Amino acid sequence: MSNYDQMWKELGLDLPSHEGLLNFLGEAYQGIYLTQKNRPTGMAYFDFVISEVHGLRIKEIVDARKAGKKGIGTFCVYVPEELVLAANGIYIGLCAGAEVGTPQAEQYLPRNTCALIKAFFGFKLANLCPYGEVTDLIVGETTCDGKKKAYEAFNEITGKVHVMDLPNTKSAEGRALWRSEVARLKEKLEAVTGVKITAERLAEATKIVNDKRRALQRLAALRAAAPTPISGLDALLINQVAFYDDPLRFTEMLNKLCDELDERVKDTVGVAPADAPRILVSGSPMAIPNWKLHHLLETSGAAVVGEESCVGARNYRALTPEKFDGLEDALTKIAERYLTIDCACFTPNDERLENIVKMRDDLKADGIVHYALQFCTLYTSEGFKVAKELKEFPFLRVETDYSMEDAGQLKTRIEAFLEMVRNRKK
Amino acid sequence: MPRIGLDIGSRNIKIALLDGERITVLKKEPSGFDPMERCRRLLAELPAGQITATGYGRHLAEKDFSCATVSEISAFARGARFFDPTVRTVIDVGGQDSKAIRVDGAGRVLLFEMNDKCAAGTGKFLEIMARALEMTMEEFGDPLHRNESRVRIGSLCTVFAESEVVSLIGRGADRRSIAYALHDMAAERVSSLVGRIGVEPSVMLAGGCARNPLFAELLAKRLGTPLLIGETPEFTGAVGAALTE
Repeated sequence: MSNYDQMWKELGLDLPSHEGLLNFLGEAYQGIYLTQKNRPTGMAYFDFVISEVHGLRIKEIVDARKAGKKGIGTFCVYVPEELVLAANGIYIGLCAGAEVGTPQAEQYLPRNTCALIKAFFGFKLANLCPYGEVTDLIVGETTCDGKKKAYEAFNEITGKVHVMDLPNTKSAEGRALWRSEVARLKEKLEAVTGVKITAERLAEATKIVNDKRRALQRLAALRAAAPTPISGLDALLINQVAFYDDPLRFTEMLNKLCDELDERVKDTVGVAPADAPRILVSGSPMAIPNWKLHHLLETSGAAVVGEESCVGARNYRALTPEKFDGLEDALTKIAERYLTIDCACFTPNDERLENIVKMRDDLKADGIVHYALQFCTLYTSEGFKVAKELKEFPFLRVETDYSMEDAGQLKTRIEAFLEMVRNRKK
Repeated sequence: MPRIGLDIGSRNIKIALLDGERITVLKKEPSGFDPMERCRRLLAELPAGQITATGYGRHLAEKDFSCATVSEISAFARGARFFDPTVRTVIDVGGQDSKAIRVDGAGRVLLFEMNDKCAAGTGKFLEIMARALEMTMEEFGDPLHRNESRVRIGSLCTVFAESEVVSLIGRGADRRSIAYALHDMAAERVSSLVGRIGVEPSVMLAGGCARNPLFAELLAKRLGTPLLIGETPEFTGAVGAALTE
């Protein structure tokens, strides 16, 4: 790792603390991931990506920037990746999944802010996220009150935040606002990258992003098999890596893995016993390296078969049309595609309930665990609606953060839930 | 072979020995610093049996005694049904957590809710408040307390509620009124937890706090239903564990 020290120093990272973070991450990965049994061999690529998460990938981006490309940081699946790629930008989901720099973050944010927002602040203020340092523009969005206010402060610190005004409803007026916001982002990206975004460039970019989504959809469909050919932890990791890896390489490697999983399904090879309770996880995003819930579920005997989440189905469910009739049409089609996303920040948001039921049925889930980050008003509120919609179907509501203090209590709940699910299956 | 249920709670270890459907031994001891040592001592006094562990220390026991484990929720459901087959709602208010469980006629869990990472509405809350009032648990949970001073406790948080109690004492409020208000607050907290799964009769109150008559009375009032309370409510989990196949 030390051969990256010079690069990290130039990026302004706090080297001793950063080394501590990487050691912690390595140990967590060893304990949580590498102890899993019977993993597909195709996971070797993703293991490698993680081992180089702050190393080789950062070096690639540093080199690409030297060659004239720009790094575009995002925190949300509403930021159109097609536009970023069409501007010859590198699309980077920023670090927000570990409890880092909390005391520093609380200088700007109230204590009852969700762990994800505190983490992206913490990573920046503690100088621990190289990704933030290799961005030329950070695109925020008005998805919740916490993020809205956080971006104001984040812009004071970094001076490179552009916020997209996401409407609260999907009304005609809301759609018009969003369409104009997509056009405004196009202008901003052109100004930052110096690249003119054309319909042709957007079509090429859309193909790349759609291919990535198709590969993620393929992975999702394979998890419907019983026994499931890949652990929920591994599938979650792939969905997390999708936000910062090179998209072409990622798609190629994921399709290779899916070829292997096809064989596994044919031979009914799985990672968990065929009678393991199949769990769909639904709710708040799990940014890397937030593996807490999946780890607790799978070490308690469950097989997680899907993520109804931004780091999951919300990211890949819808494709963007690939044929455009000029630039304006392209921007309209891209804007519309993003408004199919069923985030709890919209009101009403009934399509999310339909999507949960559909995923449950497609994946043959035996139970649903609703995951909300503590203080995430949107997803904690929708948890009640989801419970009501599912009626008697086994449902467990979990509200937590990144700390491990409540692991024991969560484990009790999860074990009881799985006992309940097993009883129902009998 | 007799069956042994071991409920390793945050405050107390409870142990139940069952010969078929008959309870032959019930024992309780504080968990202390070394709960496994206490378990070993308790087990040494019993005939050999098939052990099932529950409670927060169940996975420690799993290693030490290579025994089966079951979550507290399933154990309480089973134990409650053993004590009264008409039970459909089980409320357990234990030392560090509280839970509400809906069960079917066979003692299977249909639905449950547990308190979040917070002591309000648990036995620990009442214990701390009794200490702040310098009362024994018996004095504190006296069903004859009434809120004559019309005391209000505003804070749900144990830490803040404790300082509220201190300032109430400073202002000269009578201890009996404060005790009443504190119990009512704990009852409110637990009843809101129960509200999430709904109240279906019969309703049983289990766990150590069922021994607190004032709490039981106020909770029954808030839920609008009588509560079944067994003779040995704190052993519900241990008995349920022993009954686990």
